[in-house]
Amino acid sequence: MSESPAAPLRTADGVPLKVSLRRTVRRSKIKALLLVAPLLIFLFIAFLMPLFEMLWRSVDNPEVSTHLSRTVSALEGWNGESLPDEAAFAALAEDLREGQQERNLGLLSSRLNYEKSGMRSTISRTARRVDTLEPPYRASLIEVNDTWGELDTWKLIQREASPYTISYYLAAVDLQLSPDGEIVKVPEHMRIHATLFWRTLWMSAVITGLTLLLGYPVAFLLASLPARHSNLLMILVLLPFWTSLLVRTTTWIAILQSQGVLNDVMVALGLIADEARWQMIHNKLGTIIAMTHILLPFMILPLYSVMKTIPPSYMRAARSLGGKPFLSFRRVYFPLTIPGIAAGGILVFILSIGYYITPALVGGQSGRFITNYIAYHMQTSLNWGLAAAIASILLFVVIICYLVFNRLIGVDKVKLG
Amino acid sequence: MNETLADAGVETAATTETSSCFARFVNVQKSYDGVELVVKDFSLDIRKGEFVTLLGPSGSGKTTCLMMMAGFETPTHGEILLKDEPISGLPPHKRGIGMVFQNYALFPHMTVAENLAFPLEVRHLNKAQIKEKVDKALAMVRLEEFGDRRPAQLSGGQQQRVALARALVFEPELVLMDEPLGALDKNLREEMQYEIKRIHARLGVTMIYVTHDQTEALTMSDRIAVFNDGIVQQLASPDELYERPENAFVAYFIGENNRLQGEVCEHLGDDCKVRLDSGDTVIAKPVAVGGVGSRTTLSLRPERVSILRGDAAEQFDNQFTATVQEVIYLGDHLRTRVAVCGNDDFILKTPNAQGVGVMRPGQQIQVGWSSADCRALDA
Repeated sequence: MSESPAAPLRTADGVPLKVSLRRTVRRSKIKALLLVAPLLIFLFIAFLMPLFEMLWRSVDNPEVSTHLSRTVSALEGWNGESLPDEAAFAALAEDLREGQQERNLGLLSSRLNYEKSGMRSTISRTARRVDTLEPPYRASLIEVNDTWGELDTWKLIQREASPYTISYYLAAVDLQLSPDGEIVKVPEHMRIHATLFWRTLWMSAVITGLTLLLGYPVAFLLASLPARHSNLLMILVLLPFWTSLLVRTTTWIAILQSQGVLNDVMVALGLIADEARWQMIHNKLGTIIAMTHILLPFMILPLYSVMKTIPPSYMRAARSLGGKPFLSFRRVYFPLTIPGIAAGGILVFILSIGYYITPALVGGQSGRFITNYIAYHMQTSLNWGLAAAIASILLFVVIICYLVFNRLIGVDKVKLG
Repeated sequence: MNETLADAGVETAATTETSSCFARFVNVQKSYDGVELVVKDFSLDIRKGEFVTLLGPSGSGKTTCLMMMAGFETPTHGEILLKDEPISGLPPHKRGIGMVFQNYALFPHMTVAENLAFPLEVRHLNKAQIKEKVDKALAMVRLEEFGDRRPAQLSGGQQQRVALARALVFEPELVLMDEPLGALDKNLREEMQYEIKRIHARLGVTMIYVTHDQTEALTMSDRIAVFNDGIVQQLASPDELYERPENAFVAYFIGENNRLQGEVCEHLGDDCKVRLDSGDTVIAKPVAVGGVGSRTTLSLRPERVSILRGDAAEQFDNQFTATVQEVIYLGDHLRTRVAVCGNDDFILKTPNAQGVGVMRPGQQIQVGWSSADCRALDA
């Protein structure tokens, strides 16, 4: 301690200690890197690249600037108070003519149609007759389709000329840009995403709560039974992992449907009337039951891994100090399991808000999750920008959950056994 | 908080008057699997204010006895009485017994003061009383400054003292300790032994202490029950156990001893003559032997064997020629391993006093011991 802290330590031959240390560990570092390299490369290609691609797609807006490039440059400096001049109409006619020849107006018309319904047919109808158009283009274009005479159409083209857009994100939460560029709610009958986000969140919360309620006692048993019994119990907990997710989900259909096992038993026992069979599947209840079952191990395992580290002597100490059984549990055991509850909770919640197959199969119309709409926009409506925006919002929710969890509890508490 | 140590520990033999017993084990048996008995017929009377140690190797059933007293295990047979009341049906939290666990079992999510307050809060004391008692308990273990710390921020010795304070803060009349010093290093362990002893003397509480460390047991206890194989081998005061072990296990387990195997060939009044397997004949004090012809183990403490220098030869009734095998120098004394009476591992402990000559391996010496120090025990 007497040496001045400024002088770096040196090895016997005068090499600074840090340099020497770095040299000695370099080999093992390289070896470690090589061991993880295949996985890193795989993750980069199969996870990181698609992730950034998706994030990019949610704001990417190339259609107008590419396919209406002449129009966009002609609109530069246009004040938007009255219809643009003849040059802009001429440029539009030229752009459409070229697009018609190269047959690539589809993306453009879909893109503009998201913002202003009717634009698809406007563009395709105009493009079909673009060769017959003659100057002055302003008059002839409006004659072909009077949408071109609306100020909003031109404002839209000018706005969407930007290479980036937030309109996918707005659409993902049931908002849109008005022609004047203000953020407004979409008409009542078109609102769907906000409801779905909300439903996904609260149903995930319910599922998380149910897995905790069911999993806590099991984890406690696992952690406190003698090894011979707890091993058997652990196998039972892990058994679902050995069965296909699809099989488990469809089994729930067989059990819960109105002609299913559970209803039949209840009718046979006279608990319910034959004509008043319970609707337990293809609704929220079905989704909650099936997902609680499927996600249960993800709650039990982190809980178990925390409970295993709590020595039984804590409870004994609390009892010997005069604590009644429940009070001892509440004051001593339970607080020590909070990291496990949080770890299991965050795991189940995050898995749950991103779950797809089960809600799709047993959720019916009312029990669907936001993920089902991501799939819908990917596969059916082909609005990938919107799908990407919804998925990104989901990702942000997960990241926020993770950050809060890491701040409060520490991510190192998430252990599966 | 009265000084009751004075009357405790003075009487040596266990009293038969049940009324003066504070805690009793009566013919207690315990089996976990229905096949083997972990505790076989354990009876023990503990007087108020007494410090009783259950000493034995691991797996001898001593901790099980403690857990039955605390209420965490149920006796398979027999009864445990506390102040003449059977307590088998009483759950642990109603027994009012303080307990110190092997790894302290301090609640890690509570501060030291909160740990100490726990037993008081569950007894619904008011805030002022709790604070007063907690402060007093912290002062008793000299940790006044540490009330706001978490157990993990304390050293092992400090945690130990907190555990002790927590077991005492609600003023139980009986405190159980399950190898409380096992996790401490040697110096700290000795310091804590005196600390526990001091607190025991000051508060006059009854303590049952479990350990496998014989030094600890000898230093602290009024009486020691030596356990082996689920049975109490001997129950006696420390000096009694060391000086007059009643069987070979106790002699072997408490302190060091030299063992010679042989068979009884003659009874001579208070003594007996034993023919060793090597053919030598030794005069010994019969403690636990049968008639002529029965096998016996002679137990002899190393410090009770003298090296003879010719002049004082007549004072021992056992004298043999021994060959020095090894001499270990230990500062204040010398440990000499010799071969005598067919035993190559015969240890002599001689003080490093003036005039004790240096011995060399291979040297022939004369050794002798008194028949009173040579106890003939079970084989």
